[in-house]
Amino acid sequence: MTLTPDNLFGIHTRALDLWQRRTEVLANNLANADTPGYLARDVDFRKMLAAASGGPDNNLPLQASTPGQVGTQAADGLAYRVPTQPSMDGNTVDEQAEQAAFAANGVHYQASLSFITAQIRMLRTAITGGQS
Amino acid sequence: MSLFSIFNVAGSGMAAQSLRLNTVASNLANADSVASTPEGAYRAHEPLFAAAKNQQDSGSNAVGEGVQVLGVTESQAAIPSRYEPGNPLADADGYVYSSNVNPVDELVNMISASRSYQNNVEVMNSTRQLMQKTLDLGK
Repeated sequence: MTLTPDNLFGIHTRALDLWQRRTEVLANNLANADTPGYLARDVDFRKMLAAASGGPDNNLPLQASTPGQVGTQAADGLAYRVPTQPSMDGNTVDEQAEQAAFAANGVHYQASLSFITAQIRMLRTAITGGQS
Repeated sequence: MSLFSIFNVAGSGMAAQSLRLNTVASNLANADSVASTPEGAYRAHEPLFAAAKNQQDSGSNAVGEGVQVLGVTESQAAIPSRYEPGNPLADADGYVYSSNVNPVDELVNMISASRSYQNNVEVMNSTRQLMQKTLDLGK
């Protein structure tokens, strides 16, 4: 195991990035819970993580060399939520569902943080030889 | 974008909902106001919400930036008139014109606004905890 900063914490730093982005998206849904015509969105976590970690086969992601070029990661990041209860004003935010997703998202974020903390602790043990 | 921007998002939600509560309070306070002309009668105020778009990033993947209040509109519902010749504000025919506030609508609005406000406070609190945990990383 080579400890370049990139793979020092494994997938968890990228996961942290995505959980954070999802927190933003969900916060936006909740802030717009009463906005007419607002369509609730969510992060497609599986696709985003696959793109961030270089695809399911560990292939490098395609780079979009020019701004207009369609990247493979750009298109699938955010998806619209399928509404469970249609409302008259066209708003598809279900506050309960969003709140549940937000709470779960926070726990996932903390889980990723715990993994990173454990990694740091392990490295510290390796550096100090267990005496500190 | 970072966790910091969530404070802005939740803050915009709280500001919008508190403005909505404000209009509800104003409407309920004026529910029984009367005037001598239909034009002078109090019309219920209604805030107009819209999703705030990210200025720099307009792609389909851009995360929005909370909610904005486009303005406060006045309800176009009909102004009810009452025959009250004894009222000092009555017009020549003895009619007064009351507000078009529907108290039931306003109470529903009030509960909805206060729940949404609480939701946004909850979002802000959770985010603050997550940031604190991130700062404590490695301890």
